[in-house]
Amino acid sequence: MSRPGGISTLADHKRKRIDELIARTAEAGGVSLLRDAGRRLLRNPTAIVGATIILLFLVIAIFAPLVAPHDPVQRFPELTKDLTVDSIPGSTAGHPLGSDPLGRDFASRMVFGARQTLFVGVLATLIGLLVGVLLGALAGAIGGWVDVLVMRLADVMLALPGLLLAITLVALASRSTQWTVIVAVAVVNVPIFARLLRGSMLAQRESDHVLAARALGVKRRDIVLRHMLPNSMTAVIVQATLTFAVAILDAAALSFLGLGDPDINRAEWGLMLGVDGVRYFEVRPELAYFPALAIIVVALGFTLLGESIREALDPKNRR
Amino acid sequence: MVRVISRRLIQLVVTLIALMTLVFFWLRSLPGGPVDALLGERATPQTRELLTRALGYDQPIWVQYGRFLKNVVTGNFGNSIRTGEPVTDVISRAFPATVELALGAIIIAIGLGIPLGYLAARHRGRLLDNATIIVTLIGISIPIFFLGYLLKDWLTQGVHYFPPSGRISTGLGNTDVTGFFVLDGLLTREFDASADALWHLVLPAFTLATIPLAIIIRITRASVLDVLDEDYIRTADAKGLRSPTIRKRHVLRNALLPVVTTIGLQTGALLAGAVLTEKVYNWGGLGTLITDSISGGRDYPVLQALILLAAVVFIVVNLLVDLSYAVIDPRVRVQ
Repeated sequence: MSRPGGISTLADHKRKRIDELIARTAEAGGVSLLRDAGRRLLRNPTAIVGATIILLFLVIAIFAPLVAPHDPVQRFPELTKDLTVDSIPGSTAGHPLGSDPLGRDFASRMVFGARQTLFVGVLATLIGLLVGVLLGALAGAIGGWVDVLVMRLADVMLALPGLLLAITLVALASRSTQWTVIVAVAVVNVPIFARLLRGSMLAQRESDHVLAARALGVKRRDIVLRHMLPNSMTAVIVQATLTFAVAILDAAALSFLGLGDPDINRAEWGLMLGVDGVRYFEVRPELAYFPALAIIVVALGFTLLGESIREALDPKNRR
Repeated sequence: MVRVISRRLIQLVVTLIALMTLVFFWLRSLPGGPVDALLGERATPQTRELLTRALGYDQPIWVQYGRFLKNVVTGNFGNSIRTGEPVTDVISRAFPATVELALGAIIIAIGLGIPLGYLAARHRGRLLDNATIIVTLIGISIPIFFLGYLLKDWLTQGVHYFPPSGRISTGLGNTDVTGFFVLDGLLTREFDASADALWHLVLPAFTLATIPLAIIIRITRASVLDVLDEDYIRTADAKGLRSPTIRKRHVLRNALLPVVTTIGLQTGALLAGAVLTEKVYNWGGLGTLITDSISGGRDYPVLQALILLAAVVFIVVNLLVDLSYAVIDPRVRVQ
């Protein structure tokens, strides 16, 4: 059963998953073992598929202006002239995917959507990661009441389902912007990263390399920054990869609930799917199909890669 | 056992107070605070001041906090800004709809998830296993509101296999006893109403079940594979036990523990999914209530109460899961 002090099975379960990840990465800590895991990863077709999807997504996002046929916010007269409430022009010459509900080139919006989606996903993950890592590292390095405070706070946040917490945070803000979405999705991940880091720190406190550094008289700050933090990064990277997939799905869900970015020029897949895609589903379902497919494929890519790395670090798979 | 339960109940109270404290301070940390959110930015200073005083926001923060806690403890959540009704009334009216939907989803997720996960594990590496893995991966990567629209498009338009929205056909004249429409029909012997409500339930419940279903399949599969590797299975096999006995007594029973944990977790997470599903199918439960309380000005009293309710449900479900361990695993009972 759960440890005394645990709030619920949910928190316990999340904790267990995090602890497992820490244990695996701690064991794979040595360079040769990491190289081992890397080799297993390269042999794993699932990992290759995931990595390819992510790479393709990154290339499209970075080179969006070169890939897209048009400006994503420009309204084209030849598209708007056929535009009515119950008819949105499909594929025409120069506009391979046709128009969006405002007479803009849908293909270009899809391409630039990669960029915005990457932006939202990366920032939401990164903010959650940075704050979580900072809090977790403080808790792990200082211990005492800081540790108790940070971890109790994390437990309270883990007591609500992630998306519900995000909905709550955005809903309680008086109006939503792109930033409320990013911050809300990020906040959900703070306790997860904090737990991860703290656990990893505690696990290392008694490890040989830290003891050796202490014996050599290395300053405490340097031990934490130079010896302990770098060793925790593998676990953090795995978690971040998995978090990215959830982040873009959550952002799409917030858009669907009317809590997304109100800027009508913004081309982001979750926004395109959750607002126009759903509103015009019966008129032109492609407006939903394309962004949905893009989200599914990218989320799948990150999940595949993240799970493969986690698996590769599993000592059971060591051959 | 009693000690475990009472400890959990104390933890529940502590968590709820902490959560409400966070909500309280989050609300007040927003630019302008609740008053601006209620009135909008163009309100005159006079109205703003009037409302500030009416809501007690001119008092010191700790006085406000004390009163807020007292109201929460006594179950006094005030009135909905949108409709003016007491918050407790609004919520209790929407509650049965969501419970019905969530129960439907759990039944689908467990009923399909455990057998499918078990089958996948027994056919490890073969077509059925691989197909199951791919489908579950897509299941956790698809935005469920999009899946809802897809199902609606395929199964309610043109060919009317299922009703597209709502909980029951209008004009059926069903009697509302408990608010649980399927149950009401059985109680009042209006069996056509029960059938109709069930019919309405299928698509939304399946949509909501997607993620838990995918996760339960994956966990069951992984857990069964772990157990199949254990020495005691080999021992049982070597002793010459018949394979149905091994499967039932040894494999399934041992594999079920992590699955039960997952079911508990996913049941809690259904609350978030319900917000999306209910919007797609215009369901009229707590999820719809959240959406309505968000759009067109935030209905803070309702939102606060809903957050509290969500946390209570979540924690209670997980308490039940813990108790169920004792039933499944004798070792827990001894502890």
